[in-house]
Order: sequence, then structure tokens, then C-alpha cells
Amino acid sequence: MHTSPVSTKVVATDRVMAPPLLQVRNLTTSFATERGRLIAADGVSFDISAGETVAIVGESGSGKSVTALSIMRLIPSPPGRIEAGEVLFEGRDLLKLDDAGIRAIRGNKIAMIFQEPMSSLNPALPVGLQVAEPINLHRGASWAKALELAKELLGRVRIPDAASRLAAYPHQFSGGMRQRVMIAMALACQPRLIIADEPTTALDVTVQAQILDLLKELTRETGSSLLLITHDLGVVARYADRVAVMYAGCIVETAPARALYRDPRHPYTLGLLASVPRLDSDVSHRLMPIEGQPPDLALLPKGCAFSARCRHVIHSCRVARPPLVEAEPRHWKACFNDVRDHTSAS
Amino acid sequence: MTSVITPAPHNAVARSLGNGSAAHDEILRVEDLKVHFPLMKGVVIQRQVGTVKAVDGVSFAIQRGETLGLVGESGCGKSTMGLAVLRMLEPTAGRVLFEGRDVTRLDKDRMRPIRRRMQMVYQDPYGSLDPRMTVREIVGEPLRVHGMARDRDAYRGRVEALLIMVGMLPDMAERYPHEFSGGQRQRIGIARALALEPSLVVCDEPVSALDVSIQAQVVNLFIELQERLGLTYIFIAHNLAVVRHISNRVAVMYLGRIVEIAGRDELYRAPLHPYTEALLAAIPVADPDVEARRPRAIIKGEIGSALKPPSGCRFHPRCPKVMERCKQVEPLLSNYSAGRAVACHLYSAPA
Repeated sequence: MHTSPVSTKVVATDRVMAPPLLQVRNLTTSFATERGRLIAADGVSFDISAGETVAIVGESGSGKSVTALSIMRLIPSPPGRIEAGEVLFEGRDLLKLDDAGIRAIRGNKIAMIFQEPMSSLNPALPVGLQVAEPINLHRGASWAKALELAKELLGRVRIPDAASRLAAYPHQFSGGMRQRVMIAMALACQPRLIIADEPTTALDVTVQAQILDLLKELTRETGSSLLLITHDLGVVARYADRVAVMYAGCIVETAPARALYRDPRHPYTLGLLASVPRLDSDVSHRLMPIEGQPPDLALLPKGCAFSARCRHVIHSCRVARPPLVEAEPRHWKACFNDVRDHTSAS
Repeated sequence: MTSVITPAPHNAVARSLGNGSAAHDEILRVEDLKVHFPLMKGVVIQRQVGTVKAVDGVSFAIQRGETLGLVGESGCGKSTMGLAVLRMLEPTAGRVLFEGRDVTRLDKDRMRPIRRRMQMVYQDPYGSLDPRMTVREIVGEPLRVHGMARDRDAYRGRVEALLIMVGMLPDMAERYPHEFSGGQRQRIGIARALALEPSLVVCDEPVSALDVSIQAQVVNLFIELQERLGLTYIFIAHNLAVVRHISNRVAVMYLGRIVEIAGRDELYRAPLHPYTEALLAAIPVADPDVEARRPRAIIKGEIGSALKPPSGCRFHPRCPKVMERCKQVEPLLSNYSAGRAVACHLYSAPA
């Protein structure tokens, strides 16, 4: 069983002592497949405080997107099912709300930005209407007033000549501009939390930097929190206050970003950091790959899911699942070993 | 068009030579290569309404055993150029000299023996392998097509040797692509590309579809194979950190043109072209302490259309150092120092 990474005695924020904005507790989501019921998110627990940027980093199949979608209750069911857990947002459990209740939160107090803006935008509607819609829906503003606000929002996400772009259709925008429209929509109702699932993976690097900087700047201005789902350790390092690393459905390590990069404690995190080429790494050495293949959720080993690829594996790892324990204040890891990277300790 | 003097090979090229090849063993020379696509409109009566200049006058050369990294954002023409070098796309103009011979005008029969020597590894290890063929059939197909295996035993032996070479087990030969993970599928794709013993391999985004923990395995495999077989690579990728790990020299493309080409270390340490600088600045480093210190120079705008490239320097609408001249006169790629060329007015003598 997992210990919660943020127990009551440690409040995961340096800013206020108020309860966190979002508390995810033991979230477990499964999918029915031909190969049986697979646990895609397995007892996931973490907090997000007001104004904080938390990143969930992991590879495909790690459960990071499933976690994000579960929070928003956007898991397609069937085949998906939220099996257990709590998602406390401003003290209320989102998993217990009825459909009307969750719809009142989605796109309002919690907004979401997806990887592919084209699939989230309606191709047949002018973007102005799409940005204005949530304002009209959730805030009860008249359409005229909502459109006025939409124009303002498009300006705030730096879409040039926003007034004349209100009537344009999504296909008339480039990929980067579409993602700006998505951000404008997300901001429309002044959300407390924005969940961004790989928001820039489909974009070129120079545009990725523009979009993420904009997102960071706007969340700072509005004081909203940001949950950033990504596979890119560089993006996490640049933008996140706190990080959770996921592997095979579980959070294996979570810590403030600096602590995690300076002193990674889980062998998977260590392995990832050593295997990813950096612009400033030493090129005279070979990269240090993580051996083996990504985990297959249908064929997970008993015990620690990473044990098959881990170079520090001991007997216990193959028998029992290591719980998430606090190795340092606010730095949690799910590993029986005391593994540290001695080469990079500075 | 002024012909471009190709920078001399970087000394680090020696890394993978080791077989006493002459210093100037040039395997490939590309001269003023252009690939234009007509843009047609109309259903019954088609008329050309424009030209997409995907590759628009590119020149470079590669030494045997060297890796040239080719980087740029989507739409810069890097993949089109890879295909044109292999003549999988017909160039509109320019020449491609492979081992000293102009291959742009060879007919099919004369191209066939040369094609064996130039192979491609694709980005998508899912889409590029036929799901109905076993690994043996996939890897062995080029051997059959080119009549490279004397008999059944030789064929089987060769396929197994290829699988071992890419780090797979011979008994995997009877299995189908869907039974493998992305990294293993990419290994199968590499084995197939190596079946005909090529000397030049064009790798088009060969690791970008793979999970990050697997990318390093495949990058290391490319490096090992190069050392073992003396391969020459054109390594096309948008990930500048991966390219840095594998390349001896790097060419940066923007809207159909090379804007800078240099030895790996020079390019990353001191980029000359404002676009190279912007690309490097845009990529976050996986270290919050480094990120906190790095200057942030984020350029505005997005890559334009190759249908209507901007006047003058194609990068000028986004360039933080734009000058009046950049809007009118297109800068040519010209030598800056030994082994280094840049296409930017900042480095050319005033007109």
C-alpha cells in the first residue's frame, strides 16, 4: 500500500499554511483490455498548492495522462474505470460529484489544455465564439460581453490583431497560434488550476518555449496553479516547482524540482537523468541507457515494477512493492535501496 | 548562384575512421540542390498556383565515416533533403555526387547498384515495417530483391548475423513486428537498412518516436555500428541534444536553406546565426540550476511557409538582430572560418 507523499504533518507549500488546492489520494484507474484489466494509475497521491506548478513526468504508459484525465473525470468509461481514491479540490471530492457538478468545475475552476489543439477546437466555429462560450456558460455573461472578454483574452495570449481574429476559424491558425487559443479558452473563467497535458509536444522547439513561457507568465499573474504533464525532463527543470516521476502507473519519486535533479533517489529517476542527452553534457562518454524495455502493464513483475530493469535490484524488490517514503523532508521515493548519484553530488 | 565552398572535415571525423582512409575521402557532395513541388489548383483543369520550395539551393559535403547532423524545425526541408539525396524524390535542380558520381541523372538500371550503398532508417518503427511479415522476411527482403544470398542457408545466416549486430537474438526472426516494443522495432529497421552493406545511411528522426529511456540505447547502437562498419550518416532530427551526441558536424536548416554549418563543438559552443542561437536557447536543459542561470532569448513568430518565403533573409521576420539589408538581400552561405559557414549579413562585409 502506498503511503501518501504529503501527510498531514508536512504541508507541501512554502507560501501558505492553508490546505492545498488539490489533494489527490490513492487514485487508482483501470482499463478493461483484451489482456485483462490493467491498472493504469495505481494508488497515485500528490498535492498541488495555490500558485504552484507541479509536473508529472513519465514515459508513454506511465499513467501520467490517465492521472490528469481522472482528476477531470474524463476517463472514457467503459473501458476505463476509476477504482478508488479521492480528488479533493477546494475541499470537495470531485470523484463524488454528479455529472452536472463536475461540468460546473470543468472548464471553469479547473481548465485543461491538451497536446493537439486541433482535436479540442471545433473546426466549424469561429475561435471567438469558442473562447467566449465558457464565459457565457459558466459566468452567465451575455454573448456580447463574453465576446468582448474573448477579444481581450486573445490579446493576452499575444495573438496579433486579436479583434479581427475573433471571426477566424481554427484551420486559419498555425499550430502555435491554436495552442494560444486553447490557453485563452482555459483562462476564460479564471481557473484556480490549469492542467496541461503535453501542451507543446506537437510544436517546434522555438514555439514550445513561447507557449510554455506564456503559460507560466499567465499563471503567475493570475495566481492559478499549473499541473504540467510531460515526458521532457528539460521542460520540467525549466518550469516546475515540484515534480512527480511516474513509472508503470505509480509515483516512484516526488520532490521539489531542485532537490529531485540535484539528488535523485529513485533508480529510475537516476537512470532517466543519465540517459537523456543534454546540450551541456559531456559528449566524450556514451549515453548511459536504462537497459531493457518499457514496462508492459499486463506483465508487471511482482514487487517493484522497475525491478526488471534496475541495476540496484535486491531480493526484496522482487517480492514486495516498495512504499513511497520520505527520504528527506518533502522528498519522497519508492525504493528499498538507498541509491544516490555520487558522481553528480555537488 | 555562388557555389558554396564546403567546409573541410572536422578533425573529430577521425573518431570512426581508423582504417587509414585519406583525409579527403569524400563520400557525398550535394551541390545547389533544389526540390520544388508545384502547388496545383482545380479539379478538371489543373493549373499551377504556386511552388513550394521545400529545398531551395542546398550544398554540403560529407567525408566517409562522418556523421552530419541536419537540424531544423518542421517545414525547414530537412526530411525532403534526405529523400532527395537518396533519389527517393527527384530533385528539381542541382547535383548529388555519391562516391564521385552524379546520381541525379542515372536511370533506374544504373541507379540500382548505387541504391544498395545508400539506405534509409525511418522515424516511425511502427509504420515502416510490414505487419504481415516476420522479422526474417523484413530484414531479408533486400537480400532477396538484390540477389545477395546464394542459397537458403546463406540467407538465414545473414539475417541472423544482422539481428545480432543490432543487439537482437537470432530466435526473434520468426516473430512479427507487433510483438516488439518501439526500440526493438527500430533495431529491426536498422538491421534491414544494413542488409545490403550500405556505406551511407540517412537516418530521418530515428529516435524521436521512442521513449526517452530507449532513445539512448538506439543512439549508442548507431555509434557502435558506425565504428564497426565505417558507416557515414546523415542524421536528421529536431532534437539538438541528440544530434550533438552523434554528429561530427551539424547543418542548421531554415525554410529550405542551410543557414549555418559547422563542427559540432563550435556550433554548440558559439553559434553564429541568430536562428541557431535561438534554437539552442529554446531547448531546456534538464537541470533547474542551469536553467535559472541561462539567458532566455525567445524568438517571436513561427517558421513561415516555403510557398512564400519572406524576402531577403528568410529568417528576418523573427530575427532579433534584423537589419535593413536583411529584408531585401538574401545572405549567401559563405565561409566564416575553417570548416564553418554561415548565411547571415552580420558576418558578411558591408555591401
